[in-house]
Amino acid sequence: MAYEVVIGLEVHAQLLTQSKMFCACGTKFGLPANSQTCPICLGMPGTLPVINKKAVEMAVRTGLALQCRIGEKNRFARKNYFYPDLPKGYQISQYEAPICEQGSVEVEVGQAKKPIRIRRAHLEEDAGKNIHEAGAHGSRVDLNRAGTPLLEIVTEPDMCSADEVVAYLKQLRETLMYLEVCDGNMEEGSLRCEPNLSLRPVGQKAFGTKVELKNINSFKFVKEAIEYEIKRQTKVLNEGGKIAQETRLWDSDKGETATMRSKEEAHDYRYFPDPDLVPLSLSPEWIEELRTTLPELPGARQRRFVGEYGLPKYDAEVLTGTKAMADYFEACVRLFPQPKTVSNWVMGELLRELNNAGVSAAASPVSPERLVSLLQLVEKATISLKVAREIFPELYASGKAPEQIVQEKGLTQVSDEGALAKIIDEVIAKNHAQVEQYRGGKEAVLGFLVGQVMKSSGGKANPGKVNELLKKKLAG
Amino acid sequence: MSLYKLTLRELQEKFTKGEVTACEIVQAYQLRINQVEPKVRAYITLTKESAMAQAEALDEKLKGWRRTMPLMGMPVAVKDNICTQNVLTTCASRMLGNFVPPYDASVIARLRGQSYLLLGKTNLDEFAMGSSTENSAFGPSRNPWNLSRVPGGSSGGSAAAVAADLCAAALGSDTGGSIRQPAACCGVVGLKPTYGRVSRFGLVAFASSLDQIGPITKDVADAAMVLGVIAGHDPLDSTSANLPVPDYAKALKKKDFKKLKVGVPREYFAEGLDPEVEQAVQAAIEEIKQLGAEIKEIALPRTDAAIATYYLIATAEASSNLARYDGVKYGLRSKETANLLDMYMKTRQEGFGPEVKRRIMLGTYALSAGYYDAYYGKAQAVRTLIRQDFEAAFREVDLIVTPVTPTPAFKLGEKSEDPLQMYLSDIYTISVNLAGNPAISVPCGFSKTGLPIGLQLIGRPFEEETLLRGAHAYEQATGWRAKRPNIR
Repeated sequence: MAYEVVIGLEVHAQLLTQSKMFCACGTKFGLPANSQTCPICLGMPGTLPVINKKAVEMAVRTGLALQCRIGEKNRFARKNYFYPDLPKGYQISQYEAPICEQGSVEVEVGQAKKPIRIRRAHLEEDAGKNIHEAGAHGSRVDLNRAGTPLLEIVTEPDMCSADEVVAYLKQLRETLMYLEVCDGNMEEGSLRCEPNLSLRPVGQKAFGTKVELKNINSFKFVKEAIEYEIKRQTKVLNEGGKIAQETRLWDSDKGETATMRSKEEAHDYRYFPDPDLVPLSLSPEWIEELRTTLPELPGARQRRFVGEYGLPKYDAEVLTGTKAMADYFEACVRLFPQPKTVSNWVMGELLRELNNAGVSAAASPVSPERLVSLLQLVEKATISLKVAREIFPELYASGKAPEQIVQEKGLTQVSDEGALAKIIDEVIAKNHAQVEQYRGGKEAVLGFLVGQVMKSSGGKANPGKVNELLKKKLAG
Repeated sequence: MSLYKLTLRELQEKFTKGEVTACEIVQAYQLRINQVEPKVRAYITLTKESAMAQAEALDEKLKGWRRTMPLMGMPVAVKDNICTQNVLTTCASRMLGNFVPPYDASVIARLRGQSYLLLGKTNLDEFAMGSSTENSAFGPSRNPWNLSRVPGGSSGGSAAAVAADLCAAALGSDTGGSIRQPAACCGVVGLKPTYGRVSRFGLVAFASSLDQIGPITKDVADAAMVLGVIAGHDPLDSTSANLPVPDYAKALKKKDFKKLKVGVPREYFAEGLDPEVEQAVQAAIEEIKQLGAEIKEIALPRTDAAIATYYLIATAEASSNLARYDGVKYGLRSKETANLLDMYMKTRQEGFGPEVKRRIMLGTYALSAGYYDAYYGKAQAVRTLIRQDFEAAFREVDLIVTPVTPTPAFKLGEKSEDPLQMYLSDIYTISVNLAGNPAISVPCGFSKTGLPIGLQLIGRPFEEETLLRGAHAYEQATGWRAKRPNIR
């Protein structure tokens, strides 16, 4: 039988606040265990939570960017369960009245556009980490992460392939990073995703039995895990079996999912409104004020890059991939208004170096001003395009000004007709056969001869001039 | 006159005038404690050395300085569910038998800011769950008026300490009557402020939407003085009200009930009320009328639903609040456990007493999937109705007067086998916590057997001034305060 898959996604995004959700502790990653804790995030008796306004602000801005309705009266609830990394024995989360509801994200898969509905996004606190060291006696708990603000973003079951999930997730991640509310780092766990997935016979309205997938920490694994799970479930159904409602863990080494807990073992979280926190009232004025702080989001910026700069759609997509890159591009264009030339350089030489170094455009050692200086050297024909490309890695690595490199290496382009004529004469003399061919009507041979001139000039010859002079000589 | 017999204000006056030093105050109280505490057992922890060190430091600091702050040098006892930095805070539970907080509750920070003297931490029902102080892991406290009787609870240690002159004033906490009921049982004054009037930060939570810290004192003016220090907004407690704190002493100037309408809820004088208590309260109402009040009969129709509502909401919140005692971070951890689940279960089995376990189970049940709407959800709805009863009543009257307890202090062991009977002893105090209003208990007489009887006045939210004015006027017009227990 043919099945179709229905997928919804829960994403946990760690918010980039300086302090934790309910106390003043810092949120830095990778500090010594339990060095970033206080009586409040340790859940000591008598301590009380106080809501981090910055986290609320980030949640509202995200909600607005995702076209959500912002809950003017939202409230926090306790999610009760026992686990050593959860110091209070409950997580402060939101249940009945989340801060954001009913949004939508438009994703593109292939040529098609599809809206993915957001059911809700709510604020909550992260748990700590249990540490199990081989050979150690017992386990240990690090509560540095406990209390870090999270925004949980939940979609409706609107996706029907792994590619759609990846497209949605990429777009969501870009949006969060554009808003500067999350660093989007999946490996470090700042962005975590849990797909809910079920199969149903094509044509059937009712959903099949849902399985939740956990432990997925890269886009690659999202795709692999979903595709694996679709195959697994299809096989079970085709063999006449039933899908068990459960939570399954993705094992990236084995490339498969395995049961973590069944529905029967699922917790009863006993949610109830947290009496330590009063309902959070957000004024419509404040929400509107935050709306004005929203940056231009990736989709809109992409469209503008095509319209305003006349860039191909592909260029616009790549350049708006991160806010930093798009900002970099626009900074260059302001100084050097030839968008396609800038785009070629940013997407080509610069992106290659950045990717090799694993660095964001915001931290590029070549500033937009430096890149533009280089482009201006080419524009003024001080150096050839070829030379410019060749010295770019040095420009990136050394931090020197392009003019300095050109001068130090004596790479200034030769445009002097006398000097060029000498080289051309030599080339004509050495390549008799080709010269004859050209004169016999094979004009394509000109390219070869130009190349020879460039080569003997050490790349410094001005190719335009060479072309012009060479043609003259050959005609004469 | 012995220093320990003085009210807080009298002692403060002497101290301000330089007639006594902080060291002399501590010495006088420690002598008294040595004599009487073995009989009353009001304290879990006595801070003898640190109290003396505090007193010495204060005397040293004060040389040549004016002494101005109300609680400076004043010997105070603190209920052992209020966190005190570097001083054991047990909640009368084995679970926290070794717990020394690295922080002060906000109320303690305020007292410390005034250079108060901490005499010790007082006994309570474990995690403030009870009405007799018998549910303490460290044994019950006794009623100073009759050592075979309970002092009430859960702030029984604080009330007994004030009644037996083992401190000049004490802090208690009130979730369903835990300040007012023991104050009535011990013949002292107990004030539960409006929910949100006093910060809860550092008060070990029993039921967060009901808990409130308040003073237990020898008279009403002392209660006003302590409230003035501990009241006010605290950025660490989101539920604390951001309202100015009035000068409560000023409220005491009018020593009458003129232009005040006082309501008597008929539901509070029904079945179950001991005739002696009823008589004392009716006499008090007559006195209040004599003092100029217009007495009006009022209705609080949802009174009969209060106990059921309370025991769903309070236990639900408690089941969650007490989840943190899991043996992982602090407090008790059971030894020799096989795995994580075993550690959780054995720790909680060994750490909690039977009443705490009962309430955790009740609360867990009330919040469970499939039962939430019928229990917790319904209780919240009824709570709103109870609050509306009070709102309606307070549109007609300025104060409400009722008994505090259905009977005077009962005997140790009398109700400990019957939780329902025990729960019913809070019947007149519980609604106030559900509604959030302030209320005070003042002595209004004695039973034939010589046990104190309390009168409850209830006020509008954040109108502690009217409450204190009324309680003070009544207290000044009657002589109950003059009679002191003879501890044998």
